[in-house]
Amino acid sequence: MVAATKDLLRLATVGSVDDGKSTLIGRLLVDTRQLFDDQYDAVIAASERRGVGDLDLSFVTDGLRAEREQGITIDVAYRYASTPTRKFIIADCPGHVQYTRNMATGASTADLALVVVDVASGLKEQTRRHLCIAALLGVRNIVVAVNKMDTVAWSAVAFERVVDQVDAASRELGFVSRVSVPVSALLGDNVVERSSHTDWYDGPTVLGALETSEALTWESAPGARLPVQWVLRQPGGGRSYAGMVSGEALHVGDRVTVLPANVETTIRAIHFGGRECESASVGLAADVLLADETDVGRGDMIAAAPLPRVTREFEATICWFGEQPLRVGGQRLRLKHTTKSTAARVTAITGLIDIETLTVAAGDALTTNDIGLATVSTADALVVDDYREDRVTGSFVLVDEVTNATVAAGMLGHATFL
Amino acid sequence: MTTTLPSSRATDHLDVLESHAIFILREVVAECERPVLLFSGGKDSALLLHLAAKAFAPQRIPFPVLHVDTGHNFPEVLEFRDRAVTAAAARLLVASVQGSIDQGRVADPGPNGSRNRLQSVTLLDALTEHGFDAAFGGARRDEDKARAKERILSFRDGFGQWDPRRQRPELWQLYQGRVNPGEHLRAFPLSDWTELDVWQYIEREAMDLPSIYFAHRRDVVLRDGMWLAVGDFVTPLEHEVVERHSVRFRTVGDANCTGAVLSHADTFAAIVEEVAVAHVSERGATRADDRFSETAMEDRKREGYF
Repeated sequence: MVAATKDLLRLATVGSVDDGKSTLIGRLLVDTRQLFDDQYDAVIAASERRGVGDLDLSFVTDGLRAEREQGITIDVAYRYASTPTRKFIIADCPGHVQYTRNMATGASTADLALVVVDVASGLKEQTRRHLCIAALLGVRNIVVAVNKMDTVAWSAVAFERVVDQVDAASRELGFVSRVSVPVSALLGDNVVERSSHTDWYDGPTVLGALETSEALTWESAPGARLPVQWVLRQPGGGRSYAGMVSGEALHVGDRVTVLPANVETTIRAIHFGGRECESASVGLAADVLLADETDVGRGDMIAAAPLPRVTREFEATICWFGEQPLRVGGQRLRLKHTTKSTAARVTAITGLIDIETLTVAAGDALTTNDIGLATVSTADALVVDDYREDRVTGSFVLVDEVTNATVAAGMLGHATFL
Repeated sequence: MTTTLPSSRATDHLDVLESHAIFILREVVAECERPVLLFSGGKDSALLLHLAAKAFAPQRIPFPVLHVDTGHNFPEVLEFRDRAVTAAAARLLVASVQGSIDQGRVADPGPNGSRNRLQSVTLLDALTEHGFDAAFGGARRDEDKARAKERILSFRDGFGQWDPRRQRPELWQLYQGRVNPGEHLRAFPLSDWTELDVWQYIEREAMDLPSIYFAHRRDVVLRDGMWLAVGDFVTPLEHEVVERHSVRFRTVGDANCTGAVLSHADTFAAIVEEVAVAHVSERGATRADDRFSETAMEDRKREGYF
């Protein structure tokens, strides 16, 4: 029988270019037999055609022509793996600094970061940047694959040196769990199959670590939040408000407040897909009916205590992706937060994060891929929690009004390590 | 009152995928002026239509359904198309590849040629004609290595082109759908579903599908390593032997280039079991047109394909 009930773990690979992220994911998929025969044959054929040996495992995820020509990852590839109890969504992220925006895309939804470090070259600046971004994005669990162990004769000393480097770099970042595994993605040691070269290591393989890591680790507010996406008219009059529940579950009879209007009411009914139910769990795309007639529309939030705050100005941590530097009084910006879109302005840049030391330096501009602290003000009121409390109600993106490009990822408040 | 859902977190993978897809459908409808749902009559677009009905119940689906008709359809699929659209009380638009050929917009590949690639022109013309600024598609990232790279909301320029090197960052579930006139979005709510997820969900919901997805006996010929159904669009060549086998289709494309697989799976449960142990990918098993080059899908997508 095929088990229909599995949980879901989203993971993202992080680390510098050429440390072997794509090869590791290729190895993981091949050795867990997730790859179909024709896909495997196509990887072999592509490897031969490009003269890179019998089997270039990075071709499993590097599917674009430009990626294969250059031997790099440009954008995130999503791959899927399944074990009897768990479905994995794997975001294989690029390592190049110029594609940091794509790495952030992959990591923003991840429960776990799979950090890949080349044992021979040690921890690089780009890996520090990725660790910092992963921590800022709220990833709490990391698995460190110390890769290319075959190139250092499976030296426990070399492994420990990298583990110490990662430890020093991530001590402040607030990761809850960290497992380090000595691997050779190329040869398959300790990825799925246990290596015969690492008698000195008694921890799990990469797959073992992924299978036992906690899923659904996102920060979630202590009260229910329903950012209203869409209003549905009910037969015979009345309206229901559709959205995805975050924070805590909603139940029929719950006292709630419609924000920013600040009108108190009660949940009269909950629907999912046109069917009535008693409660809506976190992550469910439900719609709710309220006991009292009140004006509710897209961008409003229905919330239970403790309530989020309503604000037009806030401090935020910003990952800047724009090609032109972010300056006060520069770009015309639009901000999207939950289901709300509004004109926005950066009124002050209050700091620039030094990813090497994790300290905040002074700065008056953020250049591409910089991470900084800023004060943001908005035309319309937003209903927010700090990002540390809720990933959904604490996150936003900035959009350039002229080009429509997404130019920044923003998180309300500051990370604890800053 | 019925309790159909647990009060804790939705941890089952199908529940998570379902709610995520519904969320995307609603976001695009809210952010875009004129969305449309691309509907081939295959299982993925059937699933998309099913989820759209859920997303907007008890109201009708607030966008029309567009079938890009190559003229090379399995009759069972056309029957299903009309049945499904009627059941959903949706409005059906048909854009015809034959029309594009007749107008000289594309060259006629001949009776045995593939019309797959031509669909891009018909599709883009239809989007322009109706002023659609967003098109939902049932594409999944597990189908192909180029699709594995694509955003859930994927930007298309004024020529309908996808530029894989300049995709918009897509963080969290903050889907950003702003486009200028003439540009549009493709939206893929099923991005994170695998073929197995789709079938497990179809089984759970007992969805209606075209009959050719279930094993049945029919006349087939073996051509280029694929079993093609003998019919209006496939005439056996001189050296080909017509055989009768129990087959089913894993994908639905043009009748002249979509292969059947030998199968006895005639129930949802049997298909789930079969898909779970399959050794060949669904496109590899059934699509002649993806075999031409290493980056066939990327090349078609750049031109505006689904």
